[in-house]
Amino acid sequence: MSTLQPSLSSSNATDSNATSAIGSVRWITHICLLLGAATMLYPLLWMLSSSFKPESLIFRDLGLWPAQFTLENYERGWTALRIPFTRFYINSFIVVGLTVIGNVLSCSITAFAFARLEFSFKKFWFAIMLATIMLPYHVTLIPQYILFHRLGWIDTFLPLFVPNFLATNTFFVFLIVQFIRGIPLDLDQAAMVDGANAWQIFRLIILPITQPALVTTAIFTFIWNWDNFFSNLLYLNSVSMWTVPLGLRAFVDSMSGTSYGPLFAMSIVSLLPVFIFFILAQRQLVEGIATSGIKG
Amino acid sequence: MSDSLIISSQSKRSGIASRLGRRGKENLVAYLFLLPWLAGLFIFTLGPILASAYLSFTDYDLLTSPEWTGLSNYTRLLTRDNRYATSLGVTARYVFLSVPLQLIFALLVATILNRKLAALSFYRAVYYLPSLLGGSVAIAILWKQVFGMEGLFNQFLAIFGVQGMSWIGTPSTALYTLIVLRIWQFGSPMLIFLAGLKQIPPELYEAAEIDGANPVAKFFRITLPLLTPIIFFNLIMQMISAFQAFTPAFIISGGGGGPVDSVLFYTLYLYQHGFSNFRMGYASAMAWILLVLIGIFTAIAFLSSRYWVHYEDETR
Repeated sequence: MSTLQPSLSSSNATDSNATSAIGSVRWITHICLLLGAATMLYPLLWMLSSSFKPESLIFRDLGLWPAQFTLENYERGWTALRIPFTRFYINSFIVVGLTVIGNVLSCSITAFAFARLEFSFKKFWFAIMLATIMLPYHVTLIPQYILFHRLGWIDTFLPLFVPNFLATNTFFVFLIVQFIRGIPLDLDQAAMVDGANAWQIFRLIILPITQPALVTTAIFTFIWNWDNFFSNLLYLNSVSMWTVPLGLRAFVDSMSGTSYGPLFAMSIVSLLPVFIFFILAQRQLVEGIATSGIKG
Repeated sequence: MSDSLIISSQSKRSGIASRLGRRGKENLVAYLFLLPWLAGLFIFTLGPILASAYLSFTDYDLLTSPEWTGLSNYTRLLTRDNRYATSLGVTARYVFLSVPLQLIFALLVATILNRKLAALSFYRAVYYLPSLLGGSVAIAILWKQVFGMEGLFNQFLAIFGVQGMSWIGTPSTALYTLIVLRIWQFGSPMLIFLAGLKQIPPELYEAAEIDGANPVAKFFRITLPLLTPIIFFNLIMQMISAFQAFTPAFIISGGGGGPVDSVLFYTLYLYQHGFSNFRMGYASAMAWILLVLIGIFTAIAFLSSRYWVHYEDETR
């Protein structure tokens, strides 16, 4: 109903005239939206196609379809550094995998306490929790680095995922709290009558129902940490510990802008996991953004 | 607390014990659940905040123990450090140009998408994709090429016979390529706007139509006022995140902030001091000034919000 332009629907034009006018408005909308989408995606698609073009063609060919198709860029790029990209890939998956597990476990436990349990100073702690969502990471950055340095954790994966096991990513606590608040209390009460304790209510009732929020948490944690360049840069020094973003960055420096072919190929490789998640979990992502945003 | 005191004066001893016992048990259980988060809060958040406040008044290089220098880090930053002033200016221009433009785009596209369109989920997905990828090293590399001398953008301009230049390599334009990069990522605020638009009751529009309002009037009289809480939310979140931008500036400038410090973002300069020169005290002072600045702008947004943010039920 909201698609009908009011000026048109209330005009005195005959039915067929009105429908055709609405039809053309609709077409114009679609054309504009498609043009916008094409403009936005063009650089990405161009990078994808360039990664299959021979080096000599990249800077002369604006087109999206490679006139000559080659996998050479991928072969060269994969082994261009001292250590092949396989290593960076494995490292990234280890770090990000542990981060995801940590976030899902610790944030769901914390969220359950805030959403369902009664305790002293609850409002105070909840306010603190909310405040830490907006805290810029710079203020904790340097002491954290010093702490990890003292613990001898520099150049290990530990600084990158251990904090996540202690629910430091409070955005997700908030997201799960909002979800649990939507679950009817009757379920808990019924279980309590049957003699279930808090842990059992959490484990057997709330956790299974909360699954969509946990999946959203896992996906966003994966995507954000896969791209996380800054903390990887701080904590991982030796090449064998590098993750995908660090490998790419070293690649840029070593190429110094001379061979974009292999660089594009490896960039595509680095974006691939995020892209696959995006395809698989599109709905979850879109809804996750919308609901968590709205309720803020 | 006061509740249990009142009861204690009235009821029998055994009653008090069981009452307090239950309350105590409730607390014990809840705090057990909270234990991981509380540990994280003190070890990784509150402790470090206090520590960085202390360090900001010292000289500390990680090897020798911190040496108290009073306010000297702050006075030096605010009066004598020219690169710091540059980084403040760069960051301010970046934040105050990119965030409003990004939000205007997001709102515009969301308004267009907020109708029963065929292929709506396709458009939504396509417009959202850059938000997911935009912060990555790979996209920064792509940007470096697109806006380089022989880049995609110049090839596009050449079609119209326009002679381009290296937009990334020219001090006066480098920052604008990064602003474009941020606007390109308008998808996530757009999704939040879209969800907000769906909440506006259609009856309002129907009533306006009866009164003969045109689409423009409907947008400014109904849509915009009812969306102000969401505009406010997006503004705060995007502003805070823009202040902290790092990766694209680091990649396109090779970590230096050039050309001629034109993309020397605040975080980049902080990184250089803290982790290239290991001047931890100085970097902590920078972190605290940033916290205060973000705090001030968030406070301005909050305080001004009562004049421009409209809540449907005023009890909230």
